[in-house]
Amino acid sequence: MAARDRGTRGRAAGRRLVKHGAVVLAAALAAGLLAACGAASGGTSAGSITLYSGQHEQTTQSLVNAFEQQTGIHVNVRYNDEDSFANEIVTEAAHPVADVFYTENSPALEYLQDKGLLAPVDAATLAKTPAKYNSPQGDWVGVSARVSVLIYNPSLISAAQLPTSVLQLANPEYKGKLAFAAGETDFQPIVTSVARTYGDAEASTWLNGIKDNAGSHIYPDNETIADEVNRGAVAFGVVNQYYWYRMQAELGASNVHSKIAYFAPHDPGYVVDVSGAGILKSTKNMADAQKFLAFLVSEQGQEIIEHSISFEYPLDDGVPAAAGETPFSELQPAPVSIADLGDGSTAIALLQKAGLL
Amino acid sequence: MTTATVQEKAPLLPGTDRRRAGRRRPWRGLPGWLVLVSAGVAVVLILPLAFLLTEAAGAGPGTVAHLIGRSLTAQLLWNTVRLCAVVTVLCAVIGTGSAWLVERTQLPGRRVWAVLLVVPLAIPDFVVSFGWASLSTSVSGFRGAVLVMSLALYPLVYLPVAASLRNADPAQEEVARSLGAGPVKTFFRITIGQARVAILGGCLLVIMTTLAEYGAFEILGYQTFTTEIFTEFSLSFNVSAACALSLVLIALSMIVLGADSGIHRHGRVSRASRTAQRATPRYRLGPWKVPVLALLGGFVLLALGVPVGSAAYWWASGTNQPFTGTSLLSAAGYTAAYGACAAALATLMALPVAVLALRHGGRAARMIERSTYLVLAVPGLVVALSLSYFSERYGDGIGYQSAPMLVLAYAIMFFPLALVGIRASVAQAPAGLEDVARSLGKRRIAVLWQVTRPLVTPGLAAAFCLVFLSAVTELTATLILVPTGVQTLATQFWSYQQNLAYGQAAPFALVMIAIAAVPGYVLGRYFDRLPAR
Repeated sequence: MAARDRGTRGRAAGRRLVKHGAVVLAAALAAGLLAACGAASGGTSAGSITLYSGQHEQTTQSLVNAFEQQTGIHVNVRYNDEDSFANEIVTEAAHPVADVFYTENSPALEYLQDKGLLAPVDAATLAKTPAKYNSPQGDWVGVSARVSVLIYNPSLISAAQLPTSVLQLANPEYKGKLAFAAGETDFQPIVTSVARTYGDAEASTWLNGIKDNAGSHIYPDNETIADEVNRGAVAFGVVNQYYWYRMQAELGASNVHSKIAYFAPHDPGYVVDVSGAGILKSTKNMADAQKFLAFLVSEQGQEIIEHSISFEYPLDDGVPAAAGETPFSELQPAPVSIADLGDGSTAIALLQKAGLL
Repeated sequence: MTTATVQEKAPLLPGTDRRRAGRRRPWRGLPGWLVLVSAGVAVVLILPLAFLLTEAAGAGPGTVAHLIGRSLTAQLLWNTVRLCAVVTVLCAVIGTGSAWLVERTQLPGRRVWAVLLVVPLAIPDFVVSFGWASLSTSVSGFRGAVLVMSLALYPLVYLPVAASLRNADPAQEEVARSLGAGPVKTFFRITIGQARVAILGGCLLVIMTTLAEYGAFEILGYQTFTTEIFTEFSLSFNVSAACALSLVLIALSMIVLGADSGIHRHGRVSRASRTAQRATPRYRLGPWKVPVLALLGGFVLLALGVPVGSAAYWWASGTNQPFTGTSLLSAAGYTAAYGACAAALATLMALPVAVLALRHGGRAARMIERSTYLVLAVPGLVVALSLSYFSERYGDGIGYQSAPMLVLAYAIMFFPLALVGIRASVAQAPAGLEDVARSLGKRRIAVLWQVTRPLVTPGLAAAFCLVFLSAVTELTATLILVPTGVQTLATQFWSYQQNLAYGQAAPFALVMIAIAAVPGYVLGRYFDRLPAR
């Protein structure tokens, strides 16, 4: 008796569940269909290129929108981390997908260039930006730049107490006060620069020192550092300047309780990182891809970068930095070249040795 | 996984469980196509492991040993193991305690609590993490990770334990009490004993989910194997480091699974008979009523109020920046569509395996079935990488970055969840019933439709919901396999969150919760009505 009762109850529950399930499924499929149709109707008339972008999404989108409007060439954008993209591009080499690769840092481009996967960029495009910020071989063009700085919370540490040299970050006095992001792409150039100046052995000692000092304040990325310093969880950290400006724009000046400071002129910690773009050799849309690169360094493209919320320095001398930023020409970075930075493998090996990776 | 109890119980009255009788003739009438389809499913599930081994072989044993031997590995092991241990214990205590309060006491508003305690299942772990971390700096690192994961995962223990307590045989407690055991002793000796298999099953899910979690720990700045695998993949132009760490992670999960089956085998739960079902008397709370209500209320506030409230706060407080990127509607549409397709596919894949394991298999089939849980601990990134690797290497690049491949990745990742859902209902449809129907002259198809279908449907719905719930919040595999130009709710949320654009991220989090709440509710109802086992 009881068993039969339970059976009936189970079937009734089942019917209700099926009804619920069917409603969910129908709603989901309808929504998906709508979305798919919406995407399909935005079709293409002129050419179309596929862009792999490791750059800031909002800035890239503004650039793409302006480029599409100007040329009628449709751009399919895919966003992810640039080093993931570099791996994917190598995996995909037999069946290439991307036409253009746009990154926040040079190592990913240098890596693909070394693999022979990039095509030469038009000379006219390269001529738009300073040669020292382009690929030494001319296979990618520099688009914008950033500089490494210290972000600090004045209520926890005064400007006078801050280190002026990157080596001092390992000093015992900063124990528990320092934050950095070992796994952040922007941190590798600093490691490379230190190793280039002082040698691998000293760089290793230095890494062990800052690892000790940072302790639990080794964060996954620069955004987290900026956030934690701003909220007073840690006194200061190493970031690129634009994270602070971006945070200010996002949170509003009244919610910003942190400041930035520069290393001493030409200190190995004072590093300029270059964001660039290259064209995959395998592209079937070479002309359109070249047009996109030319647009990135055109006056219009550079002005979009200037006004975007990514707060990077446009590399075209004629276009100033965003309001409030130290002008690019007044920076006094360490003399580390793009070739010195290479594909970042030296830095990764050192970071692994220190147990930071 | 209340369903695990099925295997462990020996019915005291012979003949009450015909499924067992059927199993004594293991491969009787085993249809060839069932074996073939199940083998096909197994091959697909093995792809991620095959990829890892291929990569490891390519890098050479020396390199792999060097990568595994790094001092970092020990640190990650310590971080991962201690987090899993603490979170699992907390989830077990919270899940069991709250289930006992709801099922065994005269708690006012039982039905409301039963819903409120399950809903957190629908909140993605990284949204819980975002909710807490965006409110307070003190929520970070190990303590932050413990807090967030315990609040996010305890329903995995609550659901099966509540179902098992509801259906446990009250006679045992009465006997214990009559023999002089106090209420506390009875609780620990009898009640916990009855719910033991359910508790362990829930804990297993908690551990596996914690092992594979990425987003929540990334936000909290807590380093585990999975976050480091992601970092290393996205940092160096070499996947061997990430693969070496993945192998350690998988070894870790194998130990957990091995330990789990060892413990299960020693578990004994029995009841007088399935016909002896009657309502269990509930304890009076008496003077404890107010403190208990306050405790539960406070807890629900932490588990549900903080994540939802914080997302709502960030949405309301707005942003200084205009919306760009994908619209909420388009992201929601794609997310729901991919999730629904993945849920349907995973359910279809799990059905033959469940039938094979329960109807025809012996110990070996059960081993195979259990080993599929391994997939739960494989990071989504690795699943995605393996699919793109095999597509590029052997499939002429077909399907790469297409919706079907993304759906397949989801189906592989969440296959074990589908299996959990289906298992119970297949067990409920004993082969004997079909035999009877067949002997009465019904055709095989008719039997399937008229006898088997109604019995297994609730389980299929549960499987669908479990997979759907997980797929709509998936992040790392999506980043690699999603078609170019498409954003899902999770990827768009993540992109904004990474840029500290909380105001823009919040609506995506809320829509994710809203979409997941429906299957979450259905699941709650399913477990609520799961018959006694």
